[in-house]
Amino acid sequence: MEQIITTLINGLSAGGTYAMIALGYTMVYGIAKMLNFAHGDVIMVGAYTIFIFFTMLGNPLIGLLIAVVLCMLLGITIERLAYRPLRGASPLAVLITAIGVSYLLQALAQIVFGADIKRPVFFDFGKISVFGLSIAVSTLITLIASAIIMVVLSLFVKYTRTGRAMIAVSEDRGAAELMGISVNKIIVITFAIGSALAAVAGFFMIWKAPSVSPTLGALPGIKAFAAAVIGGIGSLPGAMLGGILMGIVGAFSNSFEFTAPYTDAIVFAVLILILLVRPSGLLGKKRREKV
Amino acid sequence: MKALMNIKWKHYINYVVVGAFTIYLAYMAFAGDMPRSQTTLYTDIGVTIILAVSLSMVVGFLGELSLGHAGFMCVGAYVGGKLAATFTEMFTDLNEYIIFVIALTVGGLAAMLCGFIIGLPALRLRGDYLAIVTLAFGEIVRIIFLNSGGVFGDQSGMKTPRLDRQILPFISFILVLVTLFVTQNIIRSKHGRAITAIRDSEIAAKATGINVTKYKLMVFAIAALFAGIAGVLSSYTENKIQAATYDYNYSIEMLVIVVLGGMGSINGAIVASVLITYINNVLQTQLQGNMAVLKNLIYAIVLIVIVIYNNAPALKGFRETYNIKNLFSKIFAKKHDPSKVHDDEAKWDRVPTKIDIDEVLSVDIQTGSPYAPDKSEKEKN
Repeated sequence: MEQIITTLINGLSAGGTYAMIALGYTMVYGIAKMLNFAHGDVIMVGAYTIFIFFTMLGNPLIGLLIAVVLCMLLGITIERLAYRPLRGASPLAVLITAIGVSYLLQALAQIVFGADIKRPVFFDFGKISVFGLSIAVSTLITLIASAIIMVVLSLFVKYTRTGRAMIAVSEDRGAAELMGISVNKIIVITFAIGSALAAVAGFFMIWKAPSVSPTLGALPGIKAFAAAVIGGIGSLPGAMLGGILMGIVGAFSNSFEFTAPYTDAIVFAVLILILLVRPSGLLGKKRREKV
Repeated sequence: MKALMNIKWKHYINYVVVGAFTIYLAYMAFAGDMPRSQTTLYTDIGVTIILAVSLSMVVGFLGELSLGHAGFMCVGAYVGGKLAATFTEMFTDLNEYIIFVIALTVGGLAAMLCGFIIGLPALRLRGDYLAIVTLAFGEIVRIIFLNSGGVFGDQSGMKTPRLDRQILPFISFILVLVTLFVTQNIIRSKHGRAITAIRDSEIAAKATGINVTKYKLMVFAIAALFAGIAGVLSSYTENKIQAATYDYNYSIEMLVIVVLGGMGSINGAIVASVLITYINNVLQTQLQGNMAVLKNLIYAIVLIVIVIYNNAPALKGFRETYNIKNLFSKIFAKKHDPSKVHDDEAKWDRVPTKIDIDEVLSVDIQTGSPYAPDKSEKEKN
């Protein structure tokens, strides 16, 4: 029983990180109607920034702040240079450009930082016991921080003018424009928020597993994208749910010896099964095709 | 002679070009002095063409985004490779080419089965949802083969038999010809028209009585078959196959080739495969050591620039003015300017206007103009 609860908490914590990345995917998809394949590599840039400032100053939190700002700028730049010229072009062309940007960021990171894996070790609080369960402090902090971020983001989208404008743009871009919403501005804000979340997720990722390499963001990016799809891409609660589900499935699969090597396969199999039952994801809107 | 003139050479030009190259490779194989770099390059080009042409059937003609083509290749490589390895051990007196053909068939069929299975969700899912399912499939296959517990080798790969390096490029291009023959004949038959009809509008296709289920499964299965064949072929180029080769990046690379070649163009896919494999090869040999990372950088920048140049709505005017096709048509176009027609040339028995009524009508009603009739459903979404 204790084992199960510990695994559950680990899963929730990992799921929080996935959810934060998945939110970036789902927001960009909902508003700009494109798959931002380079999102995973924004995590990588954030992780490198944190690593550099950590080695310079010894404090990863300052690094995190700088990484958030830098990743926001990076997201905006990518949107401006690579995606905006293709606004209105075929979705596949945008997808290929996003893949190109992803390759570009990885190649640049490899040139600047080298291909070797860096292992920064942040402050280690060890483990504490909560209700008789021994849990790593980093896991708990990740869990709490991701919960706070998700709540704040939900409130932001629901109650602020900008947040409502974002919903409006994702519902109907043309109508939103007629209502006086600057679509370009909203898309830029979306990219900025998504990239900032990616930087935070990058921080938690390297805190838990200290290894920074140019391909750091690739697989987590794909898995978070899968999480966003599980929840129904374009839906914020869906991305959170999908991310947490993915984290829990992964944690339970990892805790058994005979399934541990297949964890990624199991996670993807869950994705396929869910999509077979619900083709638009758990919380996705059902779109009826009309002639 | 007249029969020769009647053949539509435009339709067969790719057979002629690929066939000529195959004959050249056969000649080189008999001469037997191709350097190793060339044999690898030509075999790779063959494998890439098979993959790109088969993927182009799914993406370009059926209109479904598939990010798991390397997964089918992985199935073919492992199943075919394992079979070949066991047969070589068990039947020592069996000719290696017979084993190769058996491995090719079985590997291809195994991949075809997987393609059929992955085609089933394709019936319910669309667009990006299908893309992530195919990607997930590719990763699942790869992870299962990687951790097969000794059946399909271990983490470091699986040993496979290998054919003579000199003959391999020739075999690879023979398979390219087979792929071309099958795919082009499907695309140019009534089945092909049904497939493109599904791409353009699934509902309309259904309404005209096209069996969408059948064609979707068929395309996925055939594309997977050829990906599996390419996998067996690639397993024969090295002594060892490694699951890491067939990750989703490889699928994405194939997708990039298909898109760069032009969606729905088999010849484009061939040209793009040759170009990209060649450029990759040249960059790999030219940029040694520390410069090796530049390869990915150049590749990425070229990719982004080409896609933006080809697709950006803002550059549409520029593209149309400086298009090779348009430049040619401008040179060879017959001058027809109604305002310059001499009065005595005009046909007085018709309404005395010098502009055809069709031209008047076509002034405002262009696609994309606000006066055009209802936009299609696709553009609205």
